[in-house]
This record gives sequence, C-alpha cells and structure tokens, in this order.
Amino acid sequence: MSGILGSALAGDMLLVGAVILPLFALPPLLLAPPRLAERLSVLVLLASLLVALALAARVGADGAALATFIGGWRPPLGVGLRADGFSAFMLVMTAVVLFATGLFAMTTPGAAPGRVARGRMPPAFWMLLASVFSALNLVFLAEDLFTLYVALELLTFAAVPLVCLDGKLAQVEAALRYLLFALFGSVLYLLGAVIIYGLYGTLDIILVARAASASPGFVLALAAMSVGMMAKAALFPLHLWLPPAHSGAPPAASAMLSAVVIKAPIFLLVRFWLDLAPTGLAVAVAPVLAGLGAAAILVGSLVALAQPRLKLLIAYSTAAQIGYLFLMFPLAVVASPWSALAWTGGALHLASHAFSKAAMFMAAGLMAEALGHDRISGLSGVGRAVPVALVAFGLGGLSLMGLPPAGGFIAKVMLLSAAIHLDAWWIAAVILAGGLLAGGYVLKVVGLALQRPAEPLAVRPVARWREWVALALALVAVGFGFVPLEPSSFLFIGRPASWAGLVP
Amino acid sequence: MSLLLDAPLALVAIAVAIRAVAGGDAFARVAAFMAYGLVLGFIWVRLAAPDVALTEIAVGGGITGLVLLQAAGDARFSRERGVGLLYHVCAAILALGVFAALAAVVLLLPEPAPSLAPQVATNLPATDLGNPVTGVLIVFRALDTLLETVVLLVALIGVWSLSPDPLWRGRPAPLWPAPPSGALDFLARVVVPVGVLVGIYLFWAGADVPGGAFQGGAVLAAMALLAIMAGLMPAPALGGRRLRLALLAGPFAFLGVGIAGWFVADAFLDYPDGITKPLIIAVEVAITASIAVALALLVLGPPAGRKA
Amino acid sequence: MSTPTVMGLLGAALSAIGIYGLMVGRDALARLLAFNLLGGGVFLVFGVVARRGAGAGFGADPVPQALVITGIVVAFSATALAVALLRRLAELREKARAPRPAPEGEA
Repeated sequence: MSGILGSALAGDMLLVGAVILPLFALPPLLLAPPRLAERLSVLVLLASLLVALALAARVGADGAALATFIGGWRPPLGVGLRADGFSAFMLVMTAVVLFATGLFAMTTPGAAPGRVARGRMPPAFWMLLASVFSALNLVFLAEDLFTLYVALELLTFAAVPLVCLDGKLAQVEAALRYLLFALFGSVLYLLGAVIIYGLYGTLDIILVARAASASPGFVLALAAMSVGMMAKAALFPLHLWLPPAHSGAPPAASAMLSAVVIKAPIFLLVRFWLDLAPTGLAVAVAPVLAGLGAAAILVGSLVALAQPRLKLLIAYSTAAQIGYLFLMFPLAVVASPWSALAWTGGALHLASHAFSKAAMFMAAGLMAEALGHDRISGLSGVGRAVPVALVAFGLGGLSLMGLPPAGGFIAKVMLLSAAIHLDAWWIAAVILAGGLLAGGYVLKVVGLALQRPAEPLAVRPVARWREWVALALALVAVGFGFVPLEPSSFLFIGRPASWAGLVP
Repeated sequence: MSLLLDAPLALVAIAVAIRAVAGGDAFARVAAFMAYGLVLGFIWVRLAAPDVALTEIAVGGGITGLVLLQAAGDARFSRERGVGLLYHVCAAILALGVFAALAAVVLLLPEPAPSLAPQVATNLPATDLGNPVTGVLIVFRALDTLLETVVLLVALIGVWSLSPDPLWRGRPAPLWPAPPSGALDFLARVVVPVGVLVGIYLFWAGADVPGGAFQGGAVLAAMALLAIMAGLMPAPALGGRRLRLALLAGPFAFLGVGIAGWFVADAFLDYPDGITKPLIIAVEVAITASIAVALALLVLGPPAGRKA
Repeated sequence: MSTPTVMGLLGAALSAIGIYGLMVGRDALARLLAFNLLGGGVFLVFGVVARRGAGAGFGADPVPQALVITGIVVAFSATALAVALLRRLAELREKARAPRPAPEGEA
C-alpha cells in the first residue's frame, strides 16, 4: 500500500507531507471534544506513518535521494528538503515508535466516559506528540541550518512540557532544567550557524560543505554547534538533566523522549561531522567524541546499576546507550572498507535502542500502574501481574545487553568487527564492558520480577492491549537481529550529499 | 565620527548586561534587561536594520521584559545555589576564551563579505513587495516563518499544559494583583486606541517599508495586555472558540496557501503569478492576528482555574 | 573603527557575559536572563554579518535580518515557557511549605 502511495504522490509532496501532516492533529485537538479529537489524532499519526513508509519505499526504489525546494526557490536564497537513505531510515523509525506511542496512550475503547477518566492522556499530550512528530521529521529532512534551528526549537518546546504533564514539583524542576540545557544548546548551535553564514553567505549544508575548509572560523562554528548538540543529546558530562526528565514523565512521554527525541541532536552531529566537516578535521575530532561516548557508557551504566527506581534505571541506561553512537565516529569517518560496516552498526544500534527503550519505558509504566510504585526492591512477583509487559522489558533488555538474536547484538558485532579491523582496541573493550554492565542492570530487574512474592501482591488491573504494544516494539528491536551482517546499501543511498540532478 | 556614537552605545549595552546578570533585587535585574532591549534596538538602527530594531524593542525588550517581571515577583521562592570562587574563576576564563575566539572570528570575517543581497534584489520584483525583509520572511524562506507561527502555538500549548486540562476553559490569573489605578485606566484609554492603529499600520506598511507581521502583532499584543491590566477588558476565557480559531488561523491559512501552491502554482508555498501580492497580504493578516493572540496569551500564562 | 567592527566586538562581549551568567547564575531567573543576553549577542553578530553584506541597494543583507526577527520571536517563546515553569515551581514550593505558617512580609 505504501508503495502505491509512494508512486502516486510526487516526491515533493512526500517530503513536505512528512513535515506538515502531523500538524493537522492540532485543530481537532483545540476545537473538538476530547475523545473524538484523540481518535482523529491516532488517525493522523497513522497517515504520517504511511507517508514515512512511502517516502522510504520511494527512496529505495529510485536508489537516489528525494529533494525539493520550498516555493521553488533554490538555495542559497531558498530552503531545500532532502531525504537520503539515512534520513528515510530515521523517518520510518520515528514514525513507527510515535504511532505505537499513540496507540499505547489511547484511552481504552469502551472505557467509562468520565469527565477525567483515570489513565486518560490530556489533549496537551496529543498536541505535543503531533508537534514532536513534525519537528523530528523536519530535523531529518531540512538541509538549511536555520530551518534546522527552528526545528530544534519546535522539538524543545514540544518535548519539555511532556516531562511535567502530571504537574508534580520534582517534574516541573526537571522540566525547567531540561529547558535551560536545551536552550543553551540551541543558542550555541545558532552561533555556529551565524558564523557559517558570515564565512560562506549560505546556510545550505550541501553548499557550505562544498565551500568549506578547516579555517579557524569554521572550526569554531563546528565546535559551537557540536557542543550545543551534545547538551541536547545529554552526552557525558552534560547528561545530568536527562535522568530526572525522562524518568518523571508519564510512560508514553518517557518512551517518546528516550527513544526518538534524543536521537535528533545525534542525527545532526552525524550530519555535521560526516557531511559538513572536511574529512581531515573529522578524523582529528572523532576520538574526542568517542572518548566522551566511552565515559557516558561506563558512568551511565554504573549509576544505572545503583538506582532504586525502575524508571530512573531505564533513564540512566539511555544516558549510557547514546555513548555507543559516539563511539561510532572514529570508525565511521576514516577512509576504510570497514567504516561502512561501523556506520551500519551505529545506525542499527540507534534504531534498536529506540525500539527497545520505548518498549522498556512502556513496560515499566505498566508495572508501576499494576503495583502502584516503581521501586525495584518491591518488584518481586510483578511477572505474574503483567507477564506480557515483563517479556517486553526482558526482550528490550536483551537488545541493550547485545545478546543474540536481538538487534543490539548484530549492531555490536558490526561495531566490534570494525573496531578490531581498524585496530581501535579500546573501543572494542568499551563495547564489551558496556554490554556486561547492561546485563547487570537488566537481569537485576528481570530476576526480581520473576521471583515468588513474599506476600500476595495487591495488583490493579492493566489494559492488556497496552502490554501488547510494548511487546510489539520489543519484537521489532529483536527483529533487527536478523538483518544481514554487512553494510546496508539503503543507508548509503544519496551519499555523498548533493543537489545535482535531484530537482528539475 | 561614527565611533563617537557607537562607543557609548556599546558601553551602555555592556553596563546594563552586567547589571542584568549581577546579583541583587530581581526587579532591578529585569529592568536592566529591558533597558538592554532598548539599547539593542538603537544598535540595530545603527546596523541599518530597522525591521529588526522594531522587533527587538517590541518583542526582545518589551514583551519579554513583561514576562520576566512576572517571574521576578516569584523570585523569593527560587532556590539559590552557591558556587565556589574556583568555579567563578573557571567560568570567567571560559567566558574570556569565548570572547577572544568570537572577536577573532568577527575581525577575520572575509572581505568582501558574502551576501545574498544581490539575489534578493534580483528576485524581489517577482513578489511585488517593496520591503526585502518581508520578502525573505514570507516568500523566499516562507517555510521558516510558517514554522515560526507553529512554534508560538506549541509554546503556548506547553504553557497551558501546566494546568490540568479541565481548567483549559478558564481564564489566566490577573497580571497585576493590585486593583487598577485611575492613572493606569486613563493611560490605557489614551494609549490603546493609538497603539492599535500603530500595530495595524506596522503590519500594513510592512509590505513596503520597515514593519511586518511580527512587529505589528507584538504591538497589538501589548495593547491587549495594557487594556487587560487597566481593567478595560477581562482576560479572555481560553476555551473560547473564536480565540482558538484566531490562534489556528495564522499557521493553517499559511499552510492552506502553501498546499494550494501545488495545484495553482509549481510547488508548496509557491504563490501563483498575478495574485501574488493579495495572497501575501491575506497570509500576513492571518499570521498577524495569530501572532498577536499567541504573544498576549503567552504573557498571560496558564489558566488559573477560575471558571469563565 | 567602523560600526560593524565595534558592534561585532560588542556581540562577542555580550555572548561572553551571557555564557558567564549561565554558568554562575544563582537562580533560574539569573540563568534565564543570561540566556537572553547570550541570544542578544549572537543575534548582534548576525546583524554585523548582515551590515557587512550591504549591497544591491540594501543597507544590510536582508536574509540575516529576517532570520534574526524569527530568532527574537523564538527566544521570546522560550522565555515565556521558562517563566511559566518558574512560576508554577514557585507555586508548588509555596504549597509544599504551606503546613508551616507563612513567613512574615508575605502579602
């Protein structure tokens, strides 16, 4: 079906549609009765998912990137949108996770239509979800540094309020801290973009990359933009805002924040260092990024082991797992046949982390809903109350640990082979240590949950189908374990980036 | 002799900036920040950017200052963190490093400077607009401006989300706890009608001379806030359908014109020949209204739970 | 020194003051003010870039000017959201203190 949609719609409609379609959930949410608006929002999410699939199908079928100029104005004066294989991959991953989040958050069909039914998500949640969707798609498609700035701010303003939807003191504190970090990141990013315009008179990534050399001004611009993105991606040592923010939000919001929102700045870092920076400079800087990534993995995993609460444990695990995406840089930027494998492994890790982390946050939310708390010490026997959720948590954890047959396993094998062939032994060691530590914190939870409880549990009923949503996401993460162990040709469609021949 | 004018402006800007970050009374810091906005406004005039100057004074100093003043009133509840002397020294060294690096970059910018001015000049006649900045905002980089109106809407939803949604039909808390004084009432009665005219003029003239949707919308928002503060009109009930339609009008009229571009012109956000100018004006009317409503509501804050 | 040079150095100085304030700010309001100063400095550097790019009959390159206008409105939205969070935080902290009698001097 998506293939038909892909060939029926012009490429520019797919590109623009991916950005604007989610926004059409906003008017019903502001004007229609809540229940109807919620159902319409789920339909809009589904339509956006179909557009993302159609776009990816089109990119795959053409074997070339899709591109369009907004209003027909070519860069440098106008703004271009462009989807290569990597963007299409990110679009589909995001759309699947966000659609599943919408299903998970939906009011149970047939539930008592109370004025504020328990467990109902407020309209604000749906509006913010739709805005996150649109902003992320724009991050993945925009080629203009200032359009990306607007996309990042839209993402921030939609993501921050998700943290404090329940309105508790600690959550509002976490949201404010998140906002200040994110704003600091945006303004540094903007500073870099301003310097780039001053040097080259354009903000188009492709045109800048063609003109750029490793001049001091350009290096400063890249440094400012990178530090800004690291603050937004919560890379060690700028990670302190993440755990309270991601663990305090409602489960559906946590899933969204940890699985996909955090990937936007990482996607942009990849673009800066692979598409924008001269190769020599990227090779020189990559070990710094990898060193911070290694520290993130080790510190984040150790702190996760010590957490008393399940959602905090999962949040620290996010701070650790993004480290792997930075470990990829030294392997991916060098000119070697192995760099393509490292790059595929990094992308695969990004996606399998997104699916497993969304599944784990949802499962943790269901466990907390069943028990009325999320203290790890009190989890014993929760496996009997919400068995499907526990399986989802375990499968997601399997992928984090990097055990076969999960996606995390194949991703780590790719990264490890590349690291060993490129003689980056320390990177290989960190990958292995990180896997062991993840095993520690995942098994700690699963082991407890499988125990027989000391006294009978008082369990509140949980909607079963929400457990199945979590399980479906975890199964996708496991399913990535069956991709062939070789560089993906899809991810390399449209690289190196260029406008040539794409737009009539 | 431009230095005689520039150097004092720069020194005043630095002085108020330092006052705004230095400790002490929260109101004094916010007042210093509002002065900063005003000084920057003059500096933008010196940089031959009157459109930016208007925006900086109306939004950067004016409405932003109004929002910050409210936060200053709550400053006694904020949690202070103490930082050691060593940390201060490190921060100062880092800041000096940033200054040195940025100053070097600014001094070493290429000569002649790269610029898109010639491209704008070549393409502006096709838009029937006289003001090149409006041309960039509404035509050449329309996507940014469209998303900007969405950003305002999403920020407002974020602010509202701080109150539970059953309250969303209610009104925001009053801006000023004190009952309106006679002087404020008199001021408002005189200023508001003039201000509304200025706002409409700014937006209307923005097609050809400095001004535009953002500046006009900001002035209109300020007038609405003044009228509310003086008690000339009540804070609006946020559940009102007309209010919500006004919020949606800008982004969705813009989107509608953009989508129509696929069918009546060549691309998304392409304006068809012949009716370019009327369409641009229609989009500007819609976004000015939405910007005015969104800015005013952002200042008013989340619904407070009083029923309409 | 020409106007763009002076204002470019001013933009660098304001950015540095903003970064210093963000790092040492004692409370959230201080950091929010510092963020706005930093933003003002960055926009000013963009304004200098625009002024240097004057040509084709324009006193300054219109593209950066338009982007700064968008940026100022984005910065306002950010400030409004942060202030709303700050005020809600103050309200919740006041409520958390409520069991004790209110300290004197509070109306």
